[in-house]
Amino acid sequence: MELICPAGTPAALRVAVEAGADAVYCGFRDETNARNFPGLNFSRDELRTAIRFAHERDVKVLVAINTFPRAGALSLWHEAVNHAVEAEADALILADIGLLDYACRRYPEQRLHVSVQAAAANPDAIRFYTEMFGVRRVVLPRVLTVQEIAAITKETACETEVFVFGGLCVMAEGRCSLSSYVTGKSPNMQGVCSPASHVKYEARNGRIVSRLGDFTINAFEKDEPAGYPTLCKGRFATEHGTGYIFEEPVSLDAAAILPSLRDAGVTALKIEGRQRSRAYIEGVVRSFRAALEALDAGMPVETAALARMTEGQASTVGAYRKTWR
Amino acid sequence: MQLTLGPILYNWAPELWRDFYFRIAEEAPVDTVVVGEVVCSKRSPFFAEHLPHVVERLASAGKSVLLGSLILPSLARERRQMAELAQTDGMTVEVNDVTCLAHLQGRAHAIGPFVNVYNEATAAFLVRQGARRICLPPELPLQSIAAIAAAMPDIAIEVFAFGKVPLAISARCYHARIHKLSKDNCRFVCEQDPDGLTVDTLDGESFLSVNGVQTLSHTCANLIANTRELAAAGVGALRLSPQQCDMVAVARTFRDVLDGRCDVGSAIGVLEQLYPQALFADGFIHGVPGHVLAGKGARSAPGPGAGMVDSNGRFGS
Repeated sequence: MELICPAGTPAALRVAVEAGADAVYCGFRDETNARNFPGLNFSRDELRTAIRFAHERDVKVLVAINTFPRAGALSLWHEAVNHAVEAEADALILADIGLLDYACRRYPEQRLHVSVQAAAANPDAIRFYTEMFGVRRVVLPRVLTVQEIAAITKETACETEVFVFGGLCVMAEGRCSLSSYVTGKSPNMQGVCSPASHVKYEARNGRIVSRLGDFTINAFEKDEPAGYPTLCKGRFATEHGTGYIFEEPVSLDAAAILPSLRDAGVTALKIEGRQRSRAYIEGVVRSFRAALEALDAGMPVETAALARMTEGQASTVGAYRKTWR
Repeated sequence: MQLTLGPILYNWAPELWRDFYFRIAEEAPVDTVVVGEVVCSKRSPFFAEHLPHVVERLASAGKSVLLGSLILPSLARERRQMAELAQTDGMTVEVNDVTCLAHLQGRAHAIGPFVNVYNEATAAFLVRQGARRICLPPELPLQSIAAIAAAMPDIAIEVFAFGKVPLAISARCYHARIHKLSKDNCRFVCEQDPDGLTVDTLDGESFLSVNGVQTLSHTCANLIANTRELAAAGVGALRLSPQQCDMVAVARTFRDVLDGRCDVGSAIGVLEQLYPQALFADGFIHGVPGHVLAGKGARSAPGPGAGMVDSNGRFGS
């Protein structure tokens, strides 16, 4: 299985390449990619240089252009596609049907992947993208069990890539407007979710309250670490009680089920976290490289080092186990 | 401007479900009605026996009927259902996921609000595949709506104009989770909340609504103050999404405003009375947070250009 690693900056890309990535994914410094965070991402020149660096070391670079182009402003996204192709990106990761159509017509030779933001969750949906746009790989949404993934790889010739570590969306990706309901900024349109610009922490009666836009997302006692208010991982109340209604503030760690993912026929494993530090990228990539080598050698996979990388957060194998639902 | 009644998103008791549509057929001034379960396939069997009667009643009342497809089909059974749905003779499908498109093979269909149509290029591609109507995603701002409608003059572009806004879909059932049940053994607890289960913040402020695997807004979208802007933007239909209020009266109120029989200010007052627990919002079309009431839809404030209203509530000049 290929190891696909995130890079939010050219420096992180070099670190990921040297730590053992088979491919690195990144995006341009604008609203064309779903990690449009301040201080992150690549200029056109940086991308060209980064791809050259990676190719010299036999590592691929996948360019995510995976927001949904703004109506009346398609040229920004078209140019992103053009620049990525000119920079010799190994694949483009796209979510929008119109953009896939543009890319496959203009660059019939270019390898295209379906972004997780397209939430192609079954073989028929995947078939739509392979037949219409000749896509070669689909990044599966984080809503599937390992059994469902195995059924998908059996039924379709399309390669599959699955998330194994980092952030965990509990909603089908690309089909969630929670962030824009609260902040006016969405993953689909602006490439951000629960953006830091809308986050506030307030001290109230000895507790720390975390807020996103006009809403309280969580409250913490003095001895409790105050987590980031990602809105689907907040504490809320219904008439049946108070708690983490949607999901606990957990992150994904599927290292323990790598053998099942391999047996399910998965092509590539993806690490989330283009917003993460170089040290984090280096640690996670090295650990997964070691885990994959152990897997290939028939040795047990060492997962303790990765568990430490979840930054004090609890981790989960998420939807890969059916009981998550 | 046409009116469309969207699919019932909640788990309503089968007889109430049937009677709701029978009354819509008789009394509601809507042009198109979308029927069928789009949220959770486990609910479909409950009203399956009523579906043919409902479709027939709506069609004989002159409504155009669309069969809504599932938003997130993943099980083999759900995929079979979507393949069958796409082949239903004499019926038009409203596609809520590309799964269904793979089966339609160019047959004429409608695109629902759960397919990501954010721009004119995607709309044009879908039209080439047989789409004849497109209901846009509720989070789109008016500028995007106008740009898409301008590029697609022959296609009915529809906007989500009334109802709690569907915001997210998941493989996980939050109703089951909140009731400490598993999804496979959910006991259909979502039927307890035919208008959604309110989710409050820790401050006690109402925030969202849970409907099984779907999450909706707590606020109720209401674009009745924006119908002129929407018409000017090229929008051809407004979608009213069924809530626990008199939807026939809601449809009449929208029709009255569209036909100039009622001014916006009075219409807002009527809607407030029809759905008193609702907090209206229109933020998405204004490009601000969706929960916000940004436009002229504020309580009792007359809309821009609203004329004088005589003592019968009729629209004057």
